[in-house]
Amino acid sequence: MIGVGKVKQYSNVLDKPLSKGKQEVSLSAFAFLFSELVQYNQTQVDNIAELERRLEDAGYAVGARVLELLCHRDKGNRRETRLLGILSFVHSTVWKVLFGKVADSLEKGTEHEDEYMISEKELLVNRFISIPKDMGTFNCGAFVAGIVRGVLDSAGFPAVVTAHFVPMEGQQRPRTTILIKFAEERSKVRLIYVPGLIACNVYDAQQEHDECVNALQQHGEGW
Amino acid sequence: MLFKNPPQAMNAELFTLTYGAIVRQLLTDLEEVEEVNKQLDQMGYNIGIRLIDEFLAKSNVARCVDFKETAEVIAKHGSSWLSITCFVIIGVEEKKSRIEICTGIFLEDNPLVDFVELPDTCQGLYYCNVLSGVIRGALEMVSMKTEVTWVRDMLRGDDAFELQVKLLKQVPEEYPYKDDE
Repeated sequence: MIGVGKVKQYSNVLDKPLSKGKQEVSLSAFAFLFSELVQYNQTQVDNIAELERRLEDAGYAVGARVLELLCHRDKGNRRETRLLGILSFVHSTVWKVLFGKVADSLEKGTEHEDEYMISEKELLVNRFISIPKDMGTFNCGAFVAGIVRGVLDSAGFPAVVTAHFVPMEGQQRPRTTILIKFAEERSKVRLIYVPGLIACNVYDAQQEHDECVNALQQHGEGW
Repeated sequence: MLFKNPPQAMNAELFTLTYGAIVRQLLTDLEEVEEVNKQLDQMGYNIGIRLIDEFLAKSNVARCVDFKETAEVIAKHGSSWLSITCFVIIGVEEKKSRIEICTGIFLEDNPLVDFVELPDTCQGLYYCNVLSGVIRGALEMVSMKTEVTWVRDMLRGDDAFELQVKLLKQVPEEYPYKDDE
């Protein structure tokens, strides 16, 4: 008889090989689960801002882990230390792994120097969601904003990330824009965590920022 | 073929991590592990009662003749839904009264538990409790009252995931006779 007199063995998650990330589940499974996440959080709050904050928190936890996982699996324990690098990492690598495609666009904000926007015509989490009229500007993309914030923050780029609907001409559904506003910092000492090694480099945000602007100008907007 | 069109797929890691985020949020909010188990089951139930609609609409399944067949359909459906490989072993076990039938469902791999290890403080947690809720909810919508319990859970040191589905009673379908009144 199976299971009789056997010794309980607790397998250590670190002993297992890391999956290749090719496994798939059905989209509806995720949609149902996500809807439960939103519904549960709705019972815990009494205003929209609070609900978005909670969704963002949930996303943050996902983002922090995604960064760790991807850096370990795809980049040989290295991660981007440059603003431009991390932005394109989010825009292409993270997006591709999580949502199966590269984000539609990554742009630099026109009004503020330190703002960047990732836009997506049909965000995966918003695909089956319609917002009731009385919930105003609520956007379930807050969860994705949280993921982006989690990735950026864990990589050492603290930022405020928000999700907004932007109406598009000729389209019935608005697109979702993830607005990234980096925290202000001129220069600072940043600790870089590399497993087994702690490196410390002085880094100049202004210089890096200038490089970003140059690179963006060269590549144009839709790179 | 079970489905007319294979369901649209997405990366399992986002799913896994999102589920992890939910469990973590519940643990912070509710504090008691028992409460978390209950809430997860409730969430699963909510999913199940909606999932069954999608399942019936998209699949080619005819009415099941007995509870064993039902369990097999669940097992098959589970594999396309969550890419879980599961199979029914124990089959039907008839108890004193003929109504009480148990069926065991084994899960071979389970994307919900990738990257997961239970800390000592959460040993009472049924991490995958959402699944039992889903089955309970879905079966209730096809007029079967069931009780779904975890028999074995790898996160708790067992060698497999095993769910036991116990048929409590068949609820006769109620037609809305009172419409005329």
